[in-house]
Amino acid sequence: MTPEISFMLIKVAIVLTGLLAVVPIMLFVERRGSALIQNRLGPNRMGPFGMFQAACDVLKFIFKEDSTPTHVNKFYYTIAPWLVVIPAFMTFAVIPFAGSLSMDGNHFNFQVANLDVGVLYCFAIASLGVYGIIMAGWASNNKYSLLGSLRSSAQMISYELTLGLSIVGLMMIFQSVRLGDIAAAQGETLFTVAGLNVPKWGIFIQPVGFLLFLISVFAETNRLPFDLPEGESELIAGYHLEYGSMKFALFMMGEFINMSVASALIATLFFGGWQLLPGLAWVVQQVANITQVDVLLVTVLFQGVSFVIKVAFFMWFFVWVRWTLPRFRFDQLMNLGWKVLFPLGLVNLFVTGILIYKGVL
Amino acid sequence: MSWSMVAFSAFSTIAIISSIFVILKKNPVSSAFSLILVFFSFAGLYAVMGAHLVAALQIMVYTGAIMVLFVFVIMLLNADTPVLDLKESGGLFKAITTFGVIGLLGILLKTVLRAKEIQATGNLTEDKINELGGNFKVISEALFTDYSFHFELASFLLLGAIVATVALAKRKSLKGSSV
Repeated sequence: MTPEISFMLIKVAIVLTGLLAVVPIMLFVERRGSALIQNRLGPNRMGPFGMFQAACDVLKFIFKEDSTPTHVNKFYYTIAPWLVVIPAFMTFAVIPFAGSLSMDGNHFNFQVANLDVGVLYCFAIASLGVYGIIMAGWASNNKYSLLGSLRSSAQMISYELTLGLSIVGLMMIFQSVRLGDIAAAQGETLFTVAGLNVPKWGIFIQPVGFLLFLISVFAETNRLPFDLPEGESELIAGYHLEYGSMKFALFMMGEFINMSVASALIATLFFGGWQLLPGLAWVVQQVANITQVDVLLVTVLFQGVSFVIKVAFFMWFFVWVRWTLPRFRFDQLMNLGWKVLFPLGLVNLFVTGILIYKGVL
Repeated sequence: MSWSMVAFSAFSTIAIISSIFVILKKNPVSSAFSLILVFFSFAGLYAVMGAHLVAALQIMVYTGAIMVLFVFVIMLLNADTPVLDLKESGGLFKAITTFGVIGLLGILLKTVLRAKEIQATGNLTEDKINELGGNFKVISEALFTDYSFHFELASFLLLGAIVATVALAKRKSLKGSSV
């Protein structure tokens, strides 16, 4: 096996295990986090701080009877959960989780696939995820499920436009769609205030774009305040009403993995991606001095750590918003998407274009 | 057999089989789902040919947006009855369809046989594209310089279609109520 292939396999293994590990961690964070926000305890009996509760949940899902209702379309009913999970995993392929490393004549790129189309690949694959939801709702042969999937398709189409539009400004400024290039370009200094270097992070040069991206990403991942396809108070559970056991667990997994991909995209596009967090450059120096390891290697390690910290923050942000804001009504959702966010995206694009033409950005 | 050949055969087999399913399935929603698979495997074929941008756009536009609308409309209308049944149609219709299919197959065969003669020219050969900075750059540049007029013309066409749709929908609701 050549070094390239083995390195590729290692990267794939890191991404897959990382994404799988997100699921139990998020189960724990969501339950305890919601309890924290609602001023109650949450599950705290299994293990320290109730950490093993997630393992118990997983065991419960595995050992529950995997029943299929008789009134469903069996083929589509069975493949629908997979159509949610598989695109969620695939999307992560183009997101870089550390900078590149040149050692002994070998060049290592910490990104599963460095595609020419970069972030467009993310959007393309992510747009496939909606079919799992539509298929689940339709195949369940149930009024509530069908309503859930109808809502989902309308919502996804409406917010995908804003999602795409919100990052065009960023592409114009960095003149690339490759996420690796965008992350690397954010290492530059934008301006210096009182001796402090403000990095050229996406949020500083495209604040409106960031806001639009953040809101539409919530709609795309079906999280509160935009979880109308589920809407348990009006649609019981919406598209996954007829699902139980591991099939339901797959939907849940898909949601958490979509969340982590969304957080990784926010971090990469607007928060410097794998760029070291402020202050970590000093830590890298100290660690390299003490352990006598090559400073490049330590840098890559800490770039990975920075990336994980940024992603973890936005995962927490998802939980935070979910348990703070109430659900939108459907007409409010559509009004927000088409009458507020979409025009705002166009204006943002226009202003960015003028600023680039004038040479400000 | 190289990997691209394996991928090509896999995607084209899926495309052909699911195209057949599109016309054979009784349920319109199942047909639509098969059509999604057809579009997806087309995207795979484009990717095998190295046209990553076209593949991504194919998935984004056709698979991700247009087909969602198709499925949405089919579900909303709940169109369960098959409109066309060849067994019940007249002799003239059968004859026209048969000759039409044979004609299309002939055109397809001619294209396939001529495929070797068709070569990319000018700036559009594979090496040249890589030299100029990848598919994305070359296509965007061509779109906004040489073909900007055609591009704008196409967007005007779409705008016209949107205005017409809104006008039709509004007229209906104006007649029905005071909105």
